[in-house]
Amino acid sequence: MTKTLTPVAGNHACALAAIAAGCRFFAGYPITPSSEIAEFMSRELPRVDGVFIQMEDEIASIAAIIGASLGGSKTMTATSGPGFSLMQENLGYAAMTETPCVIINVMRGGPSTGMPTRPAQGDIMQARWGSHGDHPIIVVAPASVQEIHSETIRAFNLAEEFRTPVVVLYDEIVAHLMEMVELPAAGTIKQVDRKWADAAQANYLPYAETPDLVPPMSRPGDGHRVHVTGLTHTPDGFPTQKPDLADRALMRILDKIEKNRGKIEKIEAIETDDADILIVAIGIVARAARSAVASLRSEGIKVGLLRPVTLWPFPEAAVRAAANNARVVLVPEMNTGQLNREVERLVDAPAKVAGLHRVDGEPIAPGEIAARIREMIAQ
Amino acid sequence: MNEIVRKDAVRPAFDIKDYLRLDLMPHFMCPGCGHGIALRALLWATHELGIEKNQLAVVSGIGCSGRVGAYIDANTYHTTHGRPLAFATGLKLARPDLKVIVITGDGDCLAIGGNHLIHACRRNLDITCLMLNNEVYGMTGGQVSPTTSVNRLTTTTPAGNCEPTFDACKLAEAAGASFVGREVTRQAPALKNLIRAAMEHDGFSFVEVMSDCTEIYGRKNDLGESPEMILSQKADMRPEAFGNVADQPFRPNRLVTGVLAKQERPEYGRTYRARAALERAKKGR
Ligand SMILES: Cc1ncc(C[n+]2csc(CCOP(=O)(O)OP(=O)(O)O)c2C)c(N)n1
Ligand code: SF4
Ligand SMILES: [Mg+2]
Repeated sequence: MTKTLTPVAGNHACALAAIAAGCRFFAGYPITPSSEIAEFMSRELPRVDGVFIQMEDEIASIAAIIGASLGGSKTMTATSGPGFSLMQENLGYAAMTETPCVIINVMRGGPSTGMPTRPAQGDIMQARWGSHGDHPIIVVAPASVQEIHSETIRAFNLAEEFRTPVVVLYDEIVAHLMEMVELPAAGTIKQVDRKWADAAQANYLPYAETPDLVPPMSRPGDGHRVHVTGLTHTPDGFPTQKPDLADRALMRILDKIEKNRGKIEKIEAIETDDADILIVAIGIVARAARSAVASLRSEGIKVGLLRPVTLWPFPEAAVRAAANNARVVLVPEMNTGQLNREVERLVDAPAKVAGLHRVDGEPIAPGEIAARIREMIAQ
Repeated sequence: MNEIVRKDAVRPAFDIKDYLRLDLMPHFMCPGCGHGIALRALLWATHELGIEKNQLAVVSGIGCSGRVGAYIDANTYHTTHGRPLAFATGLKLARPDLKVIVITGDGDCLAIGGNHLIHACRRNLDITCLMLNNEVYGMTGGQVSPTTSVNRLTTTTPAGNCEPTFDACKLAEAAGASFVGREVTRQAPALKNLIRAAMEHDGFSFVEVMSDCTEIYGRKNDLGESPEMILSQKADMRPEAFGNVADQPFRPNRLVTGVLAKQERPEYGRTYRARAALERAKKGR
């Protein structure tokens, strides 16, 4: 069978994927370069009996998607840096209350209002640590329109499977890039639903310490009449400040992600097996790195690329193994060194990690990466 | 509201214990706190309306007012400071079959959550919002709030408050709330009746409950013990018929009680769904 390819822009692919993944509620607030997602959802959701609402701000948008998810829907919001900053408190609430939801952050130049129409990768650390306190989170970082489609679907499935917020992080370039995409036929898309509590179950505990660390969820109307709070709570859902119970509660939601790394982590490795020089990059920069690898390899330089597709939890074992096999590691990124330090912390000799940074709103070109690697070899 | 309402022919007399999570007792509230009276009035109205506990969703913010919801034997959501209306908006849109009540405080609703309040009033989703107004930030130890009366002492107005106060009901009405009312905790049956009318109203209803923070605000301002505070509500209160006259040294303009505004407007959730159905019909989907 021949593949049917359709020209689709990144944000459009994201919205299509969300609906295909079962998203039936979207709340958002317009912001460049993410607004096309809201516009698409406002048109398409009513057609599948879903609900779209434009809220009064991003704080309300994420609150509304958490509220709808607590009601039982698969939900999503989409934003960019300034809005993502406003969402952080309620993102922590979703993590703490284990409410599945998907947040799209299309990165633009920052800080503050920055450069609304220019790409950047400045929210890598914010996506991990933006909300206060140690909290679990999953972040995926697609690099192409096709991958925005597949990773948005995966984001919904991970959110449901692990009862956690999932952030999809990509930049302005892929958001607006038009590429040929293979859209899977309806019915062939894997949809994961959260584990629902048995309505008949007596003594149901909404935050039970189940072996897989993910407790089944109950909806209003199911009859369990649960209490949901952002306060540290015991398995029955009610607040506690007892040190041993507080520790158990937080450690379980952190372990839920940590111990399931195998199911969550995803990387792409290109020519890393014999790589003397390793590049670690995400998103649009990884695409530039991929062409740099091709041209350097044709010159006989043993260079490889490791691309975290799941950005958080950071694929530590894979990066450590590839980096320790290499003589030098280059981390090109469109910020002043966020991924860079994450890689440094994992390698045997931090001195062998070098960065290549741009924060001027321009993408890093393949030639820049290749030139930097030739320089590193000459040193 | 058909599935929400119980079908029993003869309803037993109201017993608050049927609606509380008794295993959580004793509760956290200070002796004489007005929030408990508001809670009782809400549950009493719920009982009279025959609302199924399984179909009742109570969404609250952060504050002493926000902690009240946890005692209700229903689906309860203790959300973030100022945001309960935004959470409730998502919940109600996704689950129109639920009876959604928001419990919020004067700080929660008018300061940090003011933006959500005006937009909830404007949209007119079928949600009942109870704002427990004790004129102070009770939970954080007694700081000034947008409704603190002029000259009152709080921990952040040590020389007396000199900021003008908010009239929440006027704000709600101006923003489009289709039901607005105010009642004092002194009159529990009247409060119950007002909350009941708000819950029966189809659309967004806003009820300001004049509550008392006895332990912090009362003490700091020498307002007496709980009985004195509650009795003084009578002097401050002004039935609707007497109009909204600004001649009070404290709480100017504010204690007009009863239903202050009511209008029939299309409920937003149904409006949205009707339009969506029309779209689907047009597209033949
Ligand atoms: C974002 C945020 N800011 C501040 C607080 C601290 N805080 C908790 S309750 C509260 C005020 C509550 O006052 P009010 O809404 O009037 O409720 P009351 O306790 O008086 O019932 C504040 C400021 C918080 N929890 N979250
Ligand atoms: S601090 Fe004030 S508002 Fe809070 S429970 Fe005590 S009396 Fe009530
Ligand atoms: Mg208060």
